Amino acid sequence: MAEFFHMGGYALYVWGSFGVTALLMIAEPLILRSRARQVRRRLARMARLEQEVTQ
Amino acid sequence: MASRLVNWFKFSSPATFFPLARKIGVVSTVIAVALIAVGLYMSFFVAPTDYKQGEGYRIIFVHVPASWMSMFIYVVMAGWAALGLIFNTRLSMMMAQALAPTGAMFAFLSLWTGSFWGKPMWGAWWVWDARITSELILLFLYLGYMALRSAIDDPRRADRASAILLLVGVVNVPIIYYSVQWWNTLHQGSTIRLNEESTMDDTMLIAMLIMTLGFWAYSIAVAMSRLRTLILERERSANWVRELASRGG
Repeated sequence: MAEFFHMGGYALYVWGSFGVTALLMIAEPLILRSRARQVRRRLARMARLEQEVTQ
Repeated sequence: MASRLVNWFKFSSPATFFPLARKIGVVSTVIAVALIAVGLYMSFFVAPTDYKQGEGYRIIFVHVPASWMSMFIYVVMAGWAALGLIFNTRLSMMMAQALAPTGAMFAFLSLWTGSFWGKPMWGAWWVWDARITSELILLFLYLGYMALRSAIDDPRRADRASAILLLVGVVNVPIIYYSVQWWNTLHQGSTIRLNEESTMDDTMLIAMLIMTLGFWAYSIAVAMSRLRTLILERERSANWVRELASRGG
């Protein structure tokens, strides 16, 4: 196990590459999801306001 | 004859494409997770140790797919931009816009992982090699495209201006691709050849291709997700979006 993480002496380089790639490819969908929720909430709020004004 | 043809213009309407984008997104997410899981397993446990670069070469399994995707996404964006200019379809422009941040991310990852590969193998984090420099220009093209878009308030004008930037920038892609042949520089040549035997172990090659397909599916999934938000924002005064919003979003 320790040998696996050691990567034959290339641990910093291998994990530095895979780590940052994983970080970005996990962060991007999460950021997108929270942004989608934000936009949907804002649109719903605007729709509610509009209804209140017209009633 | 005509009845057998799909009416593609139907799908160029944001309202029609919005629910379809969700379906494509879900399917691509499942494919991406499965392929990347298999690809990672193969990258670490199936592919053999390189005789020259030891375990350090395993960076190839993220570096090459990320680099390919950064170039491929740019070409796809330019294709959408061209379609958008020809047919004046705003959904095509939104497609290009939805891909840009993902393309920029892959260009950055290509440089980052390349740097982490260059340090142990060449002894330097960065060199002004032809391929590295042209890939850096690709990253700047992505950033320039996004900056130009956000600098123009009217979305239709932003569409046209940024489409032209995309089309002009396409010239950089073959430069990146052929840089290792045109200039005799530090970056190693391609190990995958279309017309002759690849200079690579089969399991390495398969792992790399699976990772590439996984990154491909990932790109489609995030682009579809971003596209849906873009459509909602841009079409917010359209009736179907207002109805969707009044139903609770």
